[in-house]
Amino acid sequence: MLNKVTQISPARLLLTFITLLVLLYGVIYPNLSVVINSFQQVGTWTLGNYRDALSQDSVIEAIINSIGLSVATVILCALVGIPLAFLFERYTFPGRRVFAALSALPLVLPPLVGTLAFIFLCGESGILARAVQRLFGLQRSPWTLRGWPALLLFHTYTMYPFFYVLTGAGLRRINASLAEAARSLGATPATVIRRVLLPQLTPSLIAAALLTFMTSMASFSAPLLFGGNIRVLTLEIFTARQRGDFTAAGTETVILAVISLAALVFFQRHEGTRKFAAAALKGATRRHEPIASGGARILATVAGTLFSVLLILPVLTLVLVSFAREGTWTTQTLPPSYTLANYQRLVSEPQSAEVFINSLVMSAIASLAALVWSFCVVSLVVKRERDGNTKGISRQWRRLLSLLVLVPWALPGTVVAVSIAEAYGSPGSLLGSFVLVGTFWILPVIYFLRFMPLVVRALQASSEQLDPSLEEAAGSLGARTIQRFLRVTLPLVWPGAVAGTLLAFVIALGEYVASVLAFVPANRPISIAIASELRDFNLGAAAAYGVILIGIITVSMVLASKLERWRG
Amino acid sequence: MSFLSLKNIGKSYGTTRAVVDVSLEVERGEFFGLLGPSGCGKTTTLRMIAGLERPDSGTIAFDNNDITNLPPERRGFGMVFQNYALFPHLNVFENIAFGLKARHKPKPEMRDRVTNALELVQLPGYEKRRVDELSGGQQQRIAIARAIAIEPDLLLFDEPLSNLDVSLREETRSELRELVTRLKLTAVYVTHDQEEAFALCDRISVMVGGRLMQTGQPRDLYEQPSDMAVAKFLGRNNLIRAMRLSSSKTSSGEFKTLDGEHTLHLPVRHEELAPLNKPVYLAIRPEHVKLTREPSANGNSVAGEVREIVFAGATSTIRVDANGLLLESLVLEPNGLNVGNKCYVVLSPEHLTLLQG
Repeated sequence: MLNKVTQISPARLLLTFITLLVLLYGVIYPNLSVVINSFQQVGTWTLGNYRDALSQDSVIEAIINSIGLSVATVILCALVGIPLAFLFERYTFPGRRVFAALSALPLVLPPLVGTLAFIFLCGESGILARAVQRLFGLQRSPWTLRGWPALLLFHTYTMYPFFYVLTGAGLRRINASLAEAARSLGATPATVIRRVLLPQLTPSLIAAALLTFMTSMASFSAPLLFGGNIRVLTLEIFTARQRGDFTAAGTETVILAVISLAALVFFQRHEGTRKFAAAALKGATRRHEPIASGGARILATVAGTLFSVLLILPVLTLVLVSFAREGTWTTQTLPPSYTLANYQRLVSEPQSAEVFINSLVMSAIASLAALVWSFCVVSLVVKRERDGNTKGISRQWRRLLSLLVLVPWALPGTVVAVSIAEAYGSPGSLLGSFVLVGTFWILPVIYFLRFMPLVVRALQASSEQLDPSLEEAAGSLGARTIQRFLRVTLPLVWPGAVAGTLLAFVIALGEYVASVLAFVPANRPISIAIASELRDFNLGAAAAYGVILIGIITVSMVLASKLERWRG
Repeated sequence: MSFLSLKNIGKSYGTTRAVVDVSLEVERGEFFGLLGPSGCGKTTTLRMIAGLERPDSGTIAFDNNDITNLPPERRGFGMVFQNYALFPHLNVFENIAFGLKARHKPKPEMRDRVTNALELVQLPGYEKRRVDELSGGQQQRIAIARAIAIEPDLLLFDEPLSNLDVSLREETRSELRELVTRLKLTAVYVTHDQEEAFALCDRISVMVGGRLMQTGQPRDLYEQPSDMAVAKFLGRNNLIRAMRLSSSKTSSGEFKTLDGEHTLHLPVRHEELAPLNKPVYLAIRPEHVKLTREPSANGNSVAGEVREIVFAGATSTIRVDANGLLLESLVLEPNGLNVGNKCYVVLSPEHLTLLQG
């Protein structure tokens, strides 16, 4: 397994052991057990479960809807995100910076909170609908936030940043002289985009499409709250478990997982095995051109401002509603009376404080554990090339490890929750009597598994940029392994580590999809509290939870950017 | 009327003035150089000729047409970039044919022109190769082939050889010049390498700090630099600070060096260059500084001691300290001189150039 057996150090052995242990218990066994169970009925191997599932119209409908929704989302997000990226990368005009800063906002908005804000803003009893109703003197609300339009609107809002950010990064990576060379050879700007820029952007576009597709397949809050009668797989799995039909849930989980993984494979194939990295030597840094025509410049500024407003409007709505007096906002356009009562209630009630503490503690445990574990994985997986010889474990094992690490992220949250619940639901499983279901620890474990790929990837990227000769120099100066790690490696990969850990922490805070399947009273997270307030029609309280959550997320991100700079 | 004409071109980036009031003319068939240290504005000027940057002021005319505001794709100039800028997602054929395709040339013609271009750069049969399979030198040739395939009116080179190995550079250099001459093309060539510019160009403009300092043939620039900046940039130079002593009516001026207090004579052609009691610089190239054992009868012979001898193969540089005045002499061989020896340095008047401070 390892290239030269004589070169294994005790440290390396320990790291390998930990890595394999976690992967075995966290990824391989649970997922395998779900797959195996789906092929079993009363102890015998059979395809019966699948036959049952696929014979139901509702399941077929759910599969088609999930895939259709995801494809449509990809197309819409591409149509929004790509032109925006071109506009903001190429040109400078008043307001550009503000929008660029705001553009990533939807990414850190927890999905449940986002759906909530959308309902308050765009729902049939929401501010916009009421305003239009009043304006045109209509009897009823002009629209209902339900069904395909609602879903697609929400999906586009929350996922266009994938295309925007990745296309922007891709554009920045393209050597500016390629476009210039094309123009000097006679290509019009349109031809340059078509024949030079877009082909170069293929890896970024594929990555964005993949992220969008998979996030959309895993979407749960939006279909739940305003999908109307649209069936999607995540909802089917949820309702199956709610009615106790664990077999159906397991089977549908496997189907969902297979579709997601198939998409992953399909997209990675087309990512292009060809390396397009142009040798960037003395590169002319692309300067943002100011837009030549005054009219176009004004248009761009107006569009940018409009977009910025559209982006923060849902959040502003949430803030507004969080101050609304409970029960008073019935048919008016805006809540008529405001109060601090919602926040007071949250602060004074012990259950509310407990909810925040639960989420913070669980997310912290999960993300810190992910960080520690990432160091184990990365030390094994990172390619360190020195004089053309690749050190460390062989390539196949490296790829296998990377793939296994990526699995929980590739799978929808529903699937991860189900696999852990199934595997560790009752004592007597193959690998010892672990029971996580019903305990506090099930959620931190699920959070850890779902989000550790983020941390691993971030750390991996940082580590790959690390010059191996730095550690060697430290060694030659007499530093032992621990010292080298603490004084050379850690400070240099710190920014990447912080970024990844923080992102995991922030996303775990607002996690809903898996929590709703596995939570217990002892570890009730924020998202569950929001959902229950919503169920009780305590809109103000739900909004208040959401606002506080966004506040914590913002503070965390600011803290992290300070932390990044402190060491780096 | 010259082929390419720049008049009072200026360009600023924010508060930085990259190009200031540059005017030059390039004749048809000329191989014209833009030479200067990094950051002097030569690349910016070239990019304005190409149309990749817009000048803030001034005009550019080509073949009697004002092209100042013409977009680059309509200018018909071939450009070779420093990093070659080959399209990595296209193979060699598609790269070279890119400009032809943009002009909607029929396929048979494209094929012929690409084959022809590849033969001209001595890489026949490379059509199907991919860019990342090529060596640096080959990539550079493909970049050139791509530029000439469109049969441009003007070729623009942005330091095309600076990324090649030194050994490859000279060989590629002469091939490049030979190719341009054979095709009877006009070229503007940007470089910071003075030796390269001298070897390749018919005429050169030296730029320093965004300004055009001097234009001329290589030899004129070298022998008669108009300015301190040019003198310092082109080759090595001994720069001696001195003051004019007497204003005798003879055409020969008498100067006293500020270091070492030596008296030197040299003909003063323009009186205003050397007013009394104002420090000026006397410049003399190391290859014109002679070292002798005995004082020489032709004036300007100063006594000194050998401080350092730097052996560089074909030549050696001998550094001499003449009572505080440090001088460099370039010789083919040290001729028995060693560090610590006493000698005499001859600064012959006809090789001393007067420069303003």
